[in-house]
Amino acid sequence: MLKVDNLDVYYGVIHAIKKVSFEVNEGEIVALIGANGAGKTSIMHALSGLIKNSGGSIVFLDNDITKTPAHKIIAQGLAQVPEGRRIFAQLTVQENLEMGAYLRTDSKVDDDLEKVYEKFPRLRERKTQLAGTLSGGEQQMLAMGRALMSKPKLLLLDEPSMGLSPILVNEIFDIIQEINKEDGVTVLLVEQNANKALSIANRAYVLETGNITVSGNAQDVASNPKVREAYLG
Amino acid sequence: MEFVAQMINGLSTGGMYALVAIGYTMVYGIAKMINFAHGEIIMVGAYLAYIATSMMGMPSYVSIVISIFGCALLGVVTEKVAYKPLRNSGSLAVLITAIGVSYLLQNVFLVLFGSAAKTFPTYIPAGTIQFFGISITYVSLISLILTGICSAALLFFVNKTRIGKAMRAVSEDKGAAELMGINVNNTISLTFAIGSGLGAIAGVIYGMSYSLIDPYIGAMLGIKAFIAAVLGGIGSIQGAMVGGIVIGIAEAFTISYVSSTFSDAVVFGILIFILLVKPAGLFGKNVREKV
Repeated sequence: MLKVDNLDVYYGVIHAIKKVSFEVNEGEIVALIGANGAGKTSIMHALSGLIKNSGGSIVFLDNDITKTPAHKIIAQGLAQVPEGRRIFAQLTVQENLEMGAYLRTDSKVDDDLEKVYEKFPRLRERKTQLAGTLSGGEQQMLAMGRALMSKPKLLLLDEPSMGLSPILVNEIFDIIQEINKEDGVTVLLVEQNANKALSIANRAYVLETGNITVSGNAQDVASNPKVREAYLG
Repeated sequence: MEFVAQMINGLSTGGMYALVAIGYTMVYGIAKMINFAHGEIIMVGAYLAYIATSMMGMPSYVSIVISIFGCALLGVVTEKVAYKPLRNSGSLAVLITAIGVSYLLQNVFLVLFGSAAKTFPTYIPAGTIQFFGISITYVSLISLILTGICSAALLFFVNKTRIGKAMRAVSEDKGAAELMGINVNNTISLTFAIGSGLGAIAGVIYGMSYSLIDPYIGAMLGIKAFIAAVLGGIGSIQGAMVGGIVIGIAEAFTISYVSSTFSDAVVFGILIFILLVKPAGLFGKNVREKV
């Protein structure tokens, strides 16, 4: 479904991502784990077009999206929940969700809004509230709901557990599994919380200073002694 | 009665300031820059209406439409040519460029039309209308109505329509807006178009109110409207409206009760006061700079 080949990202002279290759198959949950600064978010931004990669190729559903501008990516079925959620604080909860469906012209938008509210009942309670007044967990739900409003085929989640209490992390990860199993959305999950990510992923890649060092199915990665030592404690 | 008449006077000039202030505030909200050439757009708007009516013999409503679209186009082109290439440069570079654009426009019109003032065409007959013993000039009344309609339409557009909401999304977070599929460049162009179009209406109101236009009219009007935008809280459309009205009324009262020579001093005094007391403006939010 998604095939990244020899991806290079430079920030000025800094070589942040070094010839990284990985793929995501339809129906999977794939985890990309690594420490702070390993380059996880750079990869996410390259996928969504927010930064232009300096080399390599990104192919999504047989379309080369390497050079596609950011605002044209979501129309292809690739939505991102960015790191730090980046909801529109001055817009209401409902307006945020409408922004997720910005490019959709079909008549199912209202049905999907209803589905998002069913998945996240707390958002319905707060739909006329400014998004900036929500708690961290609610903002994460809003960011996920907003991405789902575009009816994505592949959902990129960047650090969904960041800054959340363990109970909320469990809740968010349950919802990620639900989105994957019940709604049939493929998920690429970037996480520092390796334990949690590996527990729901089918496959995983470990990223260290711009290189993928370990990859395989999630259980094997979780039992890899190097990974256990560095990320799972 | 004199008090009420001055109030209405102030509301009508204030409405004109508000229309211009909206342009400053919307562009600031989206592009995070102070477009110091905005005052000159108002001057161009007045001249376009003058050219269309007095030189080409068009009817008033056609001239006004030409002025609005001409200024909208000028605003969009200015952004594309002068500001867009500097989007990732420091804010000082953009500021200086805006001042440069301002002088360029002023001098182009100086070369084309000379420094002598031109008589603005009479769109609305002179004369007054009586309301409960208060006489209001037709021009004041029409200006007030025009400003009211424009402000209401703009608020509806920004708050209720899909594109208006997208505009607010872009002003908050360009990257996240792009992730939603919003074309940020087009949104910025649209913002310049709307701001400049409203500026053209303000230019026409200026021409109707003062009947003489010259290439320098935009400078002072622009500065006063900028003060109105700062007073209201730069970035806030409602703030710009309130700020414009406050400046207009303060000016009208100073002229009638103190002295017309003091009116500019009062307006700038308001700027100094608001910067000392509430630098974020009446409707502004204290935004902490991200490091």
